[in-house]
Amino acid sequence: MNNISDIIKPENKVYGKSKLLLDKEMHYCPGCSHGTIHKIVAETIDELNIQEQVIGISPVGCAVLAYDYIDIDWQEAAHGRAPALATAIKRLHPDKYVFTYQGDGDLASIGTGEIIHVCNRGENITVIFVNNAIYGMTGGQMAPTTLEGMKTATTPGGRSHLTSGFPMKITEMIALFPGVVYATRQSVDTPAAERKAKKSVIKAFKSQKLKKGTSFIEIVSTCSSGWKMTPVEANNWMRENMFPVFPPGDIKDETGL
Amino acid sequence: MAEKILLKGNEAIAIAAIRCGCDGYFGYPITPQSEILETLAEMNPEKDTGMIVLQAESEVAAINMLYGGAGCGKKVMTSSSSPGMSLMTEGISYIAGAELPCVIVDIMRGGPGLGTIQPAQSDYFQIVKGGGHGDYRTIILAPASVQEMNDFVELSFDLAFRYKTPVVILSDGVIGQMMEKVELSPVKPRWTDEEIVRLHGDWATTGKTPDRKRNIVTSLDLDPHRQEQFNLKLQRKYREIERNETRYESLLCEDAEYLIVAYGLSARVSQKAMEMAREEGIKVGLMRPVTLFPYPYDAIAELVPHVKSILTVEMSAGQMIEDVALAAENRVPLYFHGRMGGMLPAPEDILKLIKSIAGGTFDSADVPGFNKLWLR
Repeated sequence: MNNISDIIKPENKVYGKSKLLLDKEMHYCPGCSHGTIHKIVAETIDELNIQEQVIGISPVGCAVLAYDYIDIDWQEAAHGRAPALATAIKRLHPDKYVFTYQGDGDLASIGTGEIIHVCNRGENITVIFVNNAIYGMTGGQMAPTTLEGMKTATTPGGRSHLTSGFPMKITEMIALFPGVVYATRQSVDTPAAERKAKKSVIKAFKSQKLKKGTSFIEIVSTCSSGWKMTPVEANNWMRENMFPVFPPGDIKDETGL
Repeated sequence: MAEKILLKGNEAIAIAAIRCGCDGYFGYPITPQSEILETLAEMNPEKDTGMIVLQAESEVAAINMLYGGAGCGKKVMTSSSSPGMSLMTEGISYIAGAELPCVIVDIMRGGPGLGTIQPAQSDYFQIVKGGGHGDYRTIILAPASVQEMNDFVELSFDLAFRYKTPVVILSDGVIGQMMEKVELSPVKPRWTDEEIVRLHGDWATTGKTPDRKRNIVTSLDLDPHRQEQFNLKLQRKYREIERNETRYESLLCEDAEYLIVAYGLSARVSQKAMEMAREEGIKVGLMRPVTLFPYPYDAIAELVPHVKSILTVEMSAGQMIEDVALAAENRVPLYFHGRMGGMLPAPEDILKLIKSIAGGTFDSADVPGFNKLWLR
């Protein structure tokens, strides 16, 4: 039997927390996908060694404080407007990496105008779109991505398309724009899914370096508090109910990467 | 001899922006200011100075592009007209709350609603008193000539960076569209990233380098104690601006018995009325606020004991007159003459009102527009 101190050595280390993930305790609820997605973003920037060239735009919503957790320069946008900020920052600093990190209320509801025009202009930025089918921060109201029949604070009887429309498939929509070079839908519910999602984020940043156009990564996510489930139940519910409407996989990949 | 050319006010704004080293313009077409965007697009400064010109998809996007551009340390400008300014006020509040420099041009038209495309000064409350949510102010410059449209662009950038605040050039459709001879400002190169840091500090989002902490541009603080401290800091800044940056022009006020207060185009028209009154022996003076925030309360207040009454002329239903009233403190009667909906004040009408005031009775029977004995 080895002594534990013989095992804990730098040469034996196979995985560790990215140095870009700050030690601040996250405010996210247990089971929330944001923490994992933050980790993926931090690891990507770390591994590509581009910390000095990255500017992130945080949204209004649960990820409003993303700037507290990842050690890069950040701007905090008004609700839905992150793509407009990113446009100007990228145009004025074309050699920097610019990404927005937005939820489904931010991107798919109040910010539809901005995201559509950023994609149509093919702005050379990366969009991380966290879709948990609900407004988390304000307490579980209906989002454009809320599933039919899903109960929320503003659809207590379940969402009906007759009064509230259908779950909006933003990623399929923006994939139509010639300026979008990469549109993919991922999840982080298993280690394998997480590794795949991270590969997408790396590809998106590499594509930005090559000035290829807009890259858009939707990550289907859980909101166990908003859904009123345990984290395990939320993951199962997501796979059973969200994946049929928002199926994971690449929708468009013209990066050549 | 400096270069002098004939320009529209809107063109002067665009050319001045390029010449003073502006890094980016983001705008949306709206009458009567579209020439600013059009002139910039035509001149295509990107090939010479690298200045970015982009037509945004909306005023909402334009002001948020400005927020992004200002946050990453660049000299950025937008322009719009009244209905567009309504859409921009949210963004202006964020930019003020994040303490970022930028220049915003409002070429006012009549309202409310879609109103008219003709000139007005009816955005005074909206622009000068805030417009957006929260306790913030912006520095407001009110040009009265095409030359000032040119001059105030560079001045606005200087003030914006000195105080890290949005600066608004508040003009109207006449000054935007009329042509006058303009002496252009000298050409200055755009700042490099290093110059911005050296001149204005290392606060912008340009990518975190090992020699500094990460820069965060935000207007959010969930801790009420810290948020109040931040609000107090903003107020200290606004008091400093009031002390240092109040600008006005007073014409023939030394011996004036009757004072006209007007800004922008209304001041131009009032100056003519003043000259006509002087020819008839009525001692009229003109006080023209050049900054609307900070407002020249003290300069007006000092004149009040020496005049018999004050006539405020605006292209509105009476907005700036509330600030005149604050300065006058009920010490003299206040009269108002306002034209609206795109109609302009006429020197002859102002003269008629002055003559009736000097004659002891405020007779506005033959004078079009909104005329009122405002106070006392």
